[in-house]
Amino acid sequence: MTEVKMTVNGKPASGAVEGRTLLASFLRDNLSLTGTHIGCDTSQCGACVVHVNGEAVKACTMLAVEAEGADVKTIESMANPDGSLTVIQQAFQDHHGLQCGFCTPGMIMSASSLLKDNPKPTEAEVRHYLDGNICRCTGYHNIVKAIMAASGQDVSALAAE
Amino acid sequence: MYDFDVVKPATVAEAITALGQDEAQPLSGGQTLIPTLKARLAMPSVLVSLSGIEEMRGVRMGDDGQLCVGGGTVHAVVAKEAQAHYPGLAGLAARIGDPAVRNRGTIGGSVANNDPSACYPAAVLGSGATVVTNAREIAADDFFEGMFATALDEGEIVTEVRFPIPEKAHYEKFIQPASRFPLVAVFVAKFADGVRVAVTGASEEGVFRWSEAENALSGTFNVEALSGLSLPGDSMISDLHGSGDFRAHLVAVMTKRAVGALV
Ligand SMILES: Cc1cc2nc3c(=O)[nH]c(=O)nc-3n(C[C@H](O)[C@H](O)[C@H](O)COP(=O)(O)OP(=O)(O)OC[C@H]3O[C@@H](n4cnc5c(N)ncnc54)[C@H](O)[C@@H]3O)c2cc1C
Ligand code: FES
Ligand code: FES
Repeated sequence: MTEVKMTVNGKPASGAVEGRTLLASFLRDNLSLTGTHIGCDTSQCGACVVHVNGEAVKACTMLAVEAEGADVKTIESMANPDGSLTVIQQAFQDHHGLQCGFCTPGMIMSASSLLKDNPKPTEAEVRHYLDGNICRCTGYHNIVKAIMAASGQDVSALAAE
Repeated sequence: MYDFDVVKPATVAEAITALGQDEAQPLSGGQTLIPTLKARLAMPSVLVSLSGIEEMRGVRMGDDGQLCVGGGTVHAVVAKEAQAHYPGLAGLAARIGDPAVRNRGTIGGSVANNDPSACYPAAVLGSGATVVTNAREIAADDFFEGMFATALDEGEIVTEVRFPIPEKAHYEKFIQPASRFPLVAVFVAKFADGVRVAVTGASEEGVFRWSEAENALSGTFNVEALSGLSLPGDSMISDLHGSGDFRAHLVAVMTKRAVGALV
């Protein structure tokens, strides 16, 4: 076992892990941050997306020891300090961007990376950016719509809910 | 996954020493290796992480006008930083996998793995690049030795790839949407002294140069120059995603589209 230390959602976090322990398992099992979902466990679905040093990565495809010293942010850090939803989260609720909600943590983490780099994406750019986030329920239209709305764009002309 | 130890050297020299241990294997972005380990298709006892090696990261112009990409540079950084120097290469990096894969996966891991459907091998071979290792420099034409096979020796690592910069280049990818790898993709690079055409995703032998198309395009660089050229389907990969004949057909179509994007 190796001791790893990192900053998770602004707070110091540490724990003993095996070489093979995934960052997703460390977050879920050691830190009880179960908002990071494991959908496929084969690097395809994006349910496990978190931010490591500001970049979106799949927590199921990174070893916990590789995050030593890193600044990690998970879905649990997304809401405002008073517990109210941030603009992206609220947009998912307003535009029905989720059904079962399993993919949603990864979708929100990916969407927030996209909007950081590209504050006013086109619909095509949103769809391209979500290549690695799979949703089995919604058919994506309302997810795309929510992200467009969160970027402050008029979405009234986009496909119906 | 079977368990393993992980060591994190800070220099190439330390990494090479660590790779001298029994059953040691390099770990770069892990975007191929971690899924492989999960499937228990590999059983290293030690992973030597290359992610802490500063000297293997970054994109810079060399004195000889070549673009030097550190072996540990992630796809997202190449997409951004190569844009001003070699847009054809940056465009390829920007469409590998998805954003999260591009934030971890590296050029060194991609060329060392030489997946028959990977994107970078097409750019490396299509540009006539040089693969630099801890021990030597290997020309792209000698580096790729068939599906998942390269000229790398045991314990040798890719530290840099040096790209000569063509007048223009374009990568045309016909995506296999489930894996996000190419079903077939073609990299066309036009240099002052000739054209190179590299094909990935198609052949049982991995990435290859389509010399007939190169000759035709080196004569006249336009889409018409390719008319009537085709490859046999029987040496192509045939699987549930596409037959050999379909892949052979796609090679011609992707080559035409790549040239069409450049004229
Ligand atoms: C969902 C998904 C989609 C993808 N889509 C694409 C795509 O469209 N196109 C594409 O080309 N790739 C794609 N990939 C693969 C991705 O680009 C990988 O990042 C890349 O192939 C391997 O790079 P890595 O840094 O992750 O290497 P790792 O996974 O860490 O290593 C891969 C192999 O190379 C060895 N190795 C690593 N670095 C070195 C080095 N410097 N020297 C010698 N050996 C080394 C390792 O020991 C291992 O055997 C995809 C991956 C995923 C998960
Ligand atoms: S659980 Fe990580 S990509 Fe699906
Ligand atoms: S809402 Fe169910 S998987 Fe996306």
